[in-house]
Amino acid sequence: MPDQLNNETDNNDLSRRSFMKCMAWGGAGVLWVMNAGVLTSCSLLHASVPKGKFSFVQISDSHIGFNKAPNPDATKTFTESVAQINALPQQPSFLIHTGDISHLSTPEQFDTATQILKSAKPNQVYFVPGEHDVFTDEGKTYFEKFGKGTQGNGWQSFDYDGVHFIGLVNVLNLKEGSGTGLGGSGLGQLGSAQLEWLEKDVKGLSSSTPIVVFAHIPLWTIYPEWGWGTEDSAQALSYLKRFGSITVLNGHIHQILQKVEGNVTFHTARSTAFPQPAPGAAPSPGPIKDVPADKLRSLLGLSDVTYVANDRPLALIDSTLA
Amino acid sequence: MVSKFQKIILVIGALSLAALLIVGCARSKAETAAPHSSMSTQVATADSQSTTPNQIVIKNFAFAPATLTVKAGTKVTWVNRDDDPHTVDQTDKLFKSGTMDTDGQYSYTFTSPGTFKYFCALHPRMVGQIVVQ
Repeated sequence: MPDQLNNETDNNDLSRRSFMKCMAWGGAGVLWVMNAGVLTSCSLLHASVPKGKFSFVQISDSHIGFNKAPNPDATKTFTESVAQINALPQQPSFLIHTGDISHLSTPEQFDTATQILKSAKPNQVYFVPGEHDVFTDEGKTYFEKFGKGTQGNGWQSFDYDGVHFIGLVNVLNLKEGSGTGLGGSGLGQLGSAQLEWLEKDVKGLSSSTPIVVFAHIPLWTIYPEWGWGTEDSAQALSYLKRFGSITVLNGHIHQILQKVEGNVTFHTARSTAFPQPAPGAAPSPGPIKDVPADKLRSLLGLSDVTYVANDRPLALIDSTLA
Repeated sequence: MVSKFQKIILVIGALSLAALLIVGCARSKAETAAPHSSMSTQVATADSQSTTPNQIVIKNFAFAPATLTVKAGTKVTWVNRDDDPHTVDQTDKLFKSGTMDTDGQYSYTFTSPGTFKYFCALHPRMVGQIVVQ
């Protein structure tokens, strides 16, 4: 149920056990089919790609400029990701990059990403920033290069073939916080101005409009100890709860995690640069370094999302670069 | 009627309760006095603690020591020993290091007394403070 957004219990047909089983297939590519807000099937690598009205690809965390273990060349793996998009049997209508385009927000890193994306067959790329894109200058360089067509502090919405897409920014003005009473939460935050805009943005929409929300830091609390969550995401989701189908696409954590709560499917994408540990599985969220070179590409990848208009399923296929 | 045995049990009970209270108080006192205790335990390894005076080492997504006390006029240096980039951003925007990639350093001279809290703009759960006397 949408009004159970804060409830940890998965309220759908998919049992925890089958969910875990699906997650184990993550490295080989997972197909998620969402039908009217409920995950109805989950199959393997060889599942046929659903024929949809249109599809789009989510790419994330390209970290252009990253050159340490386990990936000495993040530019190369990002280029490979674009080649993989160009080889898809059904060409996506557009791309969504969910942030951390660059590793250190330098103009050179942003320009390298732009150059590589020029070779992608889809012309249109929608961006939201990650904290790595805005941390040196409050996003000035990022907005100059990628902020075109956005509102406020980089947020945006657009409609494509009956689906309403909303790009949110939750990496600006991050407040310090250690969970020990000093300052804030250390989580991502949307801020009151953006929340106000979001409420107005969806006001006139019919509740049957499928909604896709994309933002860098997960809009669900995955692991606050590592800052993997957004402080005021519940407020944002409360404006969306009347809609029948909501898909939330995030990056930031460099691994696939998925959760379904009522009509909301939360999904995080792999990075095209380097994998990060499972929540709490390491002393810090730094890159998993001890990945053999021949295994690296099985931990990097992108997400292909297909939308079928008639019965409203959104199918998510996560593929690796291997 | 309370037997001698029951009395002993009662005394033992009262003593354990008192002990629990003392431990409880001591613990809550320690927590109040050291707001960064969770962070300190994470980095309390010999190799991550700086041996250079007035230097703060960034290791495993933590500042060590998390609290540094110095005299006014002291130059404090942060050095990043992580593979990830970090920053030192003062909470009230008094100073901002910019990007500190691996082995990157940043220094700031504290001229006036006070407590100066700071955090990493990329990983805002990383916090520390400089107490200037």
